[in-house]
Amino acid sequence: MSMKSSTRQVDGVTIVDLSGRITLGEGSVILRESVRDLVSKGQKKILLNLADVNYIDSSGIGELVSAFTTCKNQGGELKLLNLTKKVHDLLQITKLYTVFDVKDDEAAAVKAFGK
Amino acid sequence: MAADRVSYTLDSTLETVNNAEETAGRMAAEAGFDDEEIMKISMAVREAAVNAVLHGNAYDPSKKVTLAFERTADDLVIVIRDQGKGLDASRIPDPLAPENLMKTSGRGIFLIRSFMDVVEIRPSKAGTELRMIKHVHGNPADSKEALQ
Repeated sequence: MSMKSSTRQVDGVTIVDLSGRITLGEGSVILRESVRDLVSKGQKKILLNLADVNYIDSSGIGELVSAFTTCKNQGGELKLLNLTKKVHDLLQITKLYTVFDVKDDEAAAVKAFGK
Repeated sequence: MAADRVSYTLDSTLETVNNAEETAGRMAAEAGFDDEEIMKISMAVREAAVNAVLHGNAYDPSKKVTLAFERTADDLVIVIRDQGKGLDASRIPDPLAPENLMKTSGRGIFLIRSFMDVVEIRPSKAGTELRMIKHVHGNPADSKEALQ
């Protein structure tokens, strides 16, 4: 039920590997704290790998928006990687798919960040 | 086919939200919906339960959430009631409007309406009743509608 988060660095980009559910409660809090922690440390090129996120609710969608805005407001960039069909469909119907920069190849996603 | 009804009275907690979602998934599976429809129904119920627990009852331990499922030959009918101030759905901003796209909340009712065939929201001083229906065979005669 819960969500796990781990980070790794690739060419100056912080990749956050998320797995589980981003929902009201623990999942949303973990995502929020992970992104805020990175931004506060100056790591502002963030790639959220959602390949193993199998479920997200409206609270989780809100946290993705919040993460995007938090990063952008600090002069950073946040992109999404490897959406599952469920998450992809949810971002489509909420019209957020075009707001986020969504990638499906990690190497290309890393290169897409500004220098 | 005889109607098949079950109802639960639940505390205003996050656990209730998870239980409501799981129960809805089980009910939807038993009603014969496919995996994608089960996901939509259970998510709609999760969002409705979040509204009831968080926005309706505001986690007040003295207030309860009731969750009822009814299976008929044609429909799965789900009703969630809270004991809050009453939700005026007409005052919820359109989450798809450009000025609201980047808001971090306000998508729950929209998702419920997207996933269910009929959604009725009935606010009163005693709380809010949210009634939603999923047609078992996807009856095309009844398009999505939201009644106040």
